[in-house]
Amino acid sequence: MAADNRYEEEEVRTDDGSPITKPRPIVRLGIFLVAHSPVFSVVFSAAGVLALLLLPLLAKNTYISENALMPGSARSMLSNRDASDGSKLVKDIKNFRLNHEGQGVEVQRLIGKYMSEMVAEVYYQKFQPEGNQFHPLHFFSGPASYTLLRNVSCASYGVNVVGIIRAPRGDGKESIVLVTPYDFINGGDYEDLSLGVVSSLFSLLSRVTWLSKDIIWLVADSRYGDYRPVAAWLAEYHTPSFKVSDQLKCDELNTADNFRRAGTVAAALVLKVDGRSERFEDILSIYADASNGQMPNLDLINVVNYLAVHRQGFHVKVEKVVSLLSSSWLKIVGEIFEAVGKVAHTLNPDWKFGIPAAEYIEGSATLASSLYSQAFGIPTGPHGAFRDYQVDAITLKISPGFPPDSKARQHDFFLRGSQLLEGTIRSVNNLLEKFHQSFFLYLLTSPSKFISVGVYMIAFALLVASLPMVAASLYVDGCKALTKSTHNSAENFKSWKWLDAAKQVFALHLLGFIVTLLPYFICQVPGQHSPRNRSIMWGTTSSLLLVTFVTIPGCSPFSSRLHGTNWAILKSVTISAAFIGLCLMSIINFATAEIGALLLVPTCLLAQPIKPALRSRRVKSLLGAFCSMVLVTIGFPVIFFAITKGLVGEGLVGLSLGGEFWTWLESLWAWKSATYLYIGMVHLPCWLLCVCILFHPS
Amino acid sequence: MARLVRSWILLLILQSFLVSIAFGSKEVEEFSEALLLKPLPDRKVLAHFHFENRAPPSNSHGRHHHLFPKAISQLVQKFRVKEMELSFTQGRWNHEHWGGFDPLSSMNAKPVGVELWAVFDVPLSQVDTSWKNLTHALSGLFCASINFLESSTSYAAPTWGFGTNSDKLRYGSLPREAVCTENLTPWLKLLPCRDKDGISALMNRPSVYRGFYHSQRLHLSTVESGQEGLGSGIVLEQTLTVVLQPDTTSVERNTQPSWSLNSLFGRKVVGRCVLAKSSNVYLQLEGLSGHELKNVDSEIEAHKLWKNADFELSLKPDRVLREISSFLFIFDIEKSSDSEPFDLGLTWKRPSKWLCQLAPLHASRFLMGSGNERGAIAILLKETESQEKLNLTNGRCTIKVNIFQIFPWYVKVYYHTLQIFVDQQKKTDSEVLKKINVSPSTDKVSSGMMEMMLELPCEVKSAAISIEYDKGFLHIDEYPPDANQGFDIPSALISFPDHHASLDFKEELGNSPLLSKFKEKSSVRSYTEVLLVPLTTPDFSMPYNVITITCTIFALYFGSLLNVIRRRIGEEERFLKSQAGKKKGGLKQLLSRFIAKIRGRPIEESSSSSELQSSVLSSKLIFKIILVAGAAAAWQYFSTDK
Repeated sequence: MAADNRYEEEEVRTDDGSPITKPRPIVRLGIFLVAHSPVFSVVFSAAGVLALLLLPLLAKNTYISENALMPGSARSMLSNRDASDGSKLVKDIKNFRLNHEGQGVEVQRLIGKYMSEMVAEVYYQKFQPEGNQFHPLHFFSGPASYTLLRNVSCASYGVNVVGIIRAPRGDGKESIVLVTPYDFINGGDYEDLSLGVVSSLFSLLSRVTWLSKDIIWLVADSRYGDYRPVAAWLAEYHTPSFKVSDQLKCDELNTADNFRRAGTVAAALVLKVDGRSERFEDILSIYADASNGQMPNLDLINVVNYLAVHRQGFHVKVEKVVSLLSSSWLKIVGEIFEAVGKVAHTLNPDWKFGIPAAEYIEGSATLASSLYSQAFGIPTGPHGAFRDYQVDAITLKISPGFPPDSKARQHDFFLRGSQLLEGTIRSVNNLLEKFHQSFFLYLLTSPSKFISVGVYMIAFALLVASLPMVAASLYVDGCKALTKSTHNSAENFKSWKWLDAAKQVFALHLLGFIVTLLPYFICQVPGQHSPRNRSIMWGTTSSLLLVTFVTIPGCSPFSSRLHGTNWAILKSVTISAAFIGLCLMSIINFATAEIGALLLVPTCLLAQPIKPALRSRRVKSLLGAFCSMVLVTIGFPVIFFAITKGLVGEGLVGLSLGGEFWTWLESLWAWKSATYLYIGMVHLPCWLLCVCILFHPS
Repeated sequence: MARLVRSWILLLILQSFLVSIAFGSKEVEEFSEALLLKPLPDRKVLAHFHFENRAPPSNSHGRHHHLFPKAISQLVQKFRVKEMELSFTQGRWNHEHWGGFDPLSSMNAKPVGVELWAVFDVPLSQVDTSWKNLTHALSGLFCASINFLESSTSYAAPTWGFGTNSDKLRYGSLPREAVCTENLTPWLKLLPCRDKDGISALMNRPSVYRGFYHSQRLHLSTVESGQEGLGSGIVLEQTLTVVLQPDTTSVERNTQPSWSLNSLFGRKVVGRCVLAKSSNVYLQLEGLSGHELKNVDSEIEAHKLWKNADFELSLKPDRVLREISSFLFIFDIEKSSDSEPFDLGLTWKRPSKWLCQLAPLHASRFLMGSGNERGAIAILLKETESQEKLNLTNGRCTIKVNIFQIFPWYVKVYYHTLQIFVDQQKKTDSEVLKKINVSPSTDKVSSGMMEMMLELPCEVKSAAISIEYDKGFLHIDEYPPDANQGFDIPSALISFPDHHASLDFKEELGNSPLLSKFKEKSSVRSYTEVLLVPLTTPDFSMPYNVITITCTIFALYFGSLLNVIRRRIGEEERFLKSQAGKKKGGLKQLLSRFIAKIRGRPIEESSSSSELQSSVLSSKLIFKIILVAGAAAAWQYFSTDK
């Protein structure tokens, strides 16, 4: 801002013809950048995209930052006896299921019995499966807000089983949580295996003397999803209500008042076993994203990865966007980078930034998935619930490479699985302080490679850097144009010309804010409505609102001619607003801001009134108009949603698009994702403004 | 009545004996040692070592003692300590399985780390000074960081909530103090036989520290002689309580593990400490069914007591005492020798189960809330299957509960947010709160303290107390070395003033300090867990960053300020013009031309637009940059090739 102010002054002086002095170098640089903003904006944007593509190359190998963790330094104490304890539990549960079909809480009792045999303190916790309702006021409030007392129905509730092993010589200040989501009614054979793994481990932990933190094993009743039981347990753990709850009245299992705690939770591991892997070996997938792109400390992932790869021989992977693996353009990019890397290597053997094209593709597919899930802002598993309480947690999903009835391999699987958990727990147990050494802001490109915030923010910074430059130069242009049209003297520059445009921009942002809040009121509409109907309702009310806004004089961007505002100033203010919005969002959720910038920056930069372009009939301007039209079309959230769906590989949806979009948005606000706010309050207004500029009657 | 008379007579005899000692200038310092063993319901064994050292009031020997440790007597004299207790504890006392109602647990279940309290016999204004000096002295004596209790932010002066009503009482605890042998060794040095002989020889360090609970305690009190010119006597009581897990070889999970002293400690008792007046080993068995105990008089019945179908002792007890719910077997170790060491063993034959006496209410404490701003501390009291609860006041059966708690200053407690729920119903303060005494904390100066007395109905199922707090910010140099661990809130003390724990023996006790201690009525008390509050911690490299950034900003600011002040633009212009007018010779002219070229000839072509200038400048600049980069790359290439 300072730069263009000085630019003005500079201009004024030259116009006056007074003897000018040489401005300061930094000012000159600013002037230079602003004067050549079209070139630089293209260069910067291209560099931003290039930097994003370069990220897989710049990924560093992970390392254990906290020395106290010492993963794998202790020999595993797990014996065959412990593993057979696990097998026994699995067998008992299977037999039990065969004999009793879908019987109340008997399976829970069985697991509870096993736990108490291992000298653990056992209790049961009931919870209600109700989901979270969107409430605009509770958006960023803490997890405490969802202990609202609602009408409780006895018909449906879940029961968690929890066992606590007290550290023999510990002081009970801290604990480590193990979670196994388990569907007590219709859990499959593979789900049983997760119980087997953890019970083998539990059997060991009840004997060992090295524990310094208590161990909590939570068997979460995943009948109503994986997340809800864990969140309910955590809510009860941290924010219990001492008032009467109706839940206790419907009593089948005595859960009243025996909830036990074990100090501050240091870390949590969620173990899931599902479906057979396509390979022969067992595959371990790590899920780490919590809500709004929050990640657990990288050290936790490192420890698990190190132990799984170097000790237990699991094939570790993190999520990837599968469709990118076969994309040809990515392959070409990868090959180019590889070639450049080779050339650089011949020039200087110390330059080792080239990686093979295949690795590059893998890395970018993982990176894309990492960006996508962070940008989405929805936790990828039950571990997300822990992040709300500042607990580092990850989900380990193991896909065993054997059929569930193979006894020999099952025993081996229990042994290896629980050894992995034992090693991880032992490392966390070693920690005197909470996780703080390693990174919290990072993107993964493979289980053992990461990009830290210092590197990945360059791409975003480059993308966004062009915005203030273009805004400044447009402002100058607009002011010049105005001066010409009104034949006013230099006063024009110093006047508040941008205020009119700002009013319009503000009006549209206000509209965006209202549209963001609308779903809450639509949800309040009585009667059952399909998601599609709701989205139609939302769309019509929003359009009506838009029309109302447009008709209000002074606020509408189309009424600009009356006030003599020209589109350049409007665009300049729009770009400033987008810049501020993107920068704010990058603090809250970087990935959202990055993807948003990829969409919004070209749209904002290219937006120009199409009328003059059509009138001029020159190829260049027609092409520009066409590009901006395409970008604006893609930039519409619904269209972008459809395109992403197609990219992710879920197939393009036809008429049900509105419904799907609604459900998607519903999930966003149910999970309190800041992405929803971003779409409603930054992206949508800026997109609308771009549309206004596009159809500006200039 | 007869009993009363008898005890009076006994007292009289004792008194005359003491008086005769005093007047006959024949002061006797007494030392006695005892070990109490007690199997616990959860397959563990409790061993409680008890040493008592009495120094009678005297001034004949000056400052010399026969048995009594000089360090302690000097401590008492110097700081005028009236009563003091210091405990080092590791592990948690399991109130559910190890009992909470007997004198053993109410006296020896201590909070994790170090706890110290002392009552002084000095004017009120000097109490704090004495306390500070005492902490330093003890710190040196016991190789522990007790001196951290010196700071006024770590101790408090309880008025009535602690149990001892005195305004000269100071209380402090260090939950993070690690306890190990270096604390035990100085403690053993206070014993006349150290750990060389007698019962204390059992204290094999590995086995003691392998235990599940380990608490070493030192309690001293002064006994006023009541006579002019005579100093006060001191009673020093040292106890070590350990809970051990006997090695189990038996496959059966139901039967209790059998053990012997040798298997528990890896050592045997080979004789008493010759300086001890009495040295006994006690074995307390709880919850034995009463059917076989009808007639204890006959020899066979007595024999049955220690060798029966349920269990068997390896040695014949010298005496058997009966209590309401337990038996106490007494062994004198005087007979043991090197050739015939005393190795008491207990063998269980049948699975047996019993329950310990539990405190009227089980207390647990936890933190509520999340985030780095605020939270709440909750104390939950739950009913237990305790036998003794009745206490009628005004026709209503009530349980009185005292809660005493210290809050460090960085936990800024809002006392008005105190909420009390009884049986999940919110109660107003006046309904259940009998007394409350609060002293708020002062930032960085003193810790807060809360004492409250609740009166709950006997049929109470659960009671919860919650109080909210804000997390404070510490100054950068106030953080401890491992700040990211979080900060501890010391244990709260829950005591039941109307419930008294004492063992009520039917038989006469004889002269045993341990048993008389147990017979004394003491109120039931229990400590809650230590809490860990994660506070916001800065990134500790931040000061460095802050310094660098501040310095940069300062440099920029002062640089430009000086520039603005110093520069005279008019003068410069005139100077430039005069320079341009002058003729220069040779190299100088070339140089100035070159400079002018680089700068884009600012003076001559002032009217041309800056855009043009900058574009010219940019192309040249880019060319130059490329030139330099090319040179650098070439140099790099050729230099590394060799």
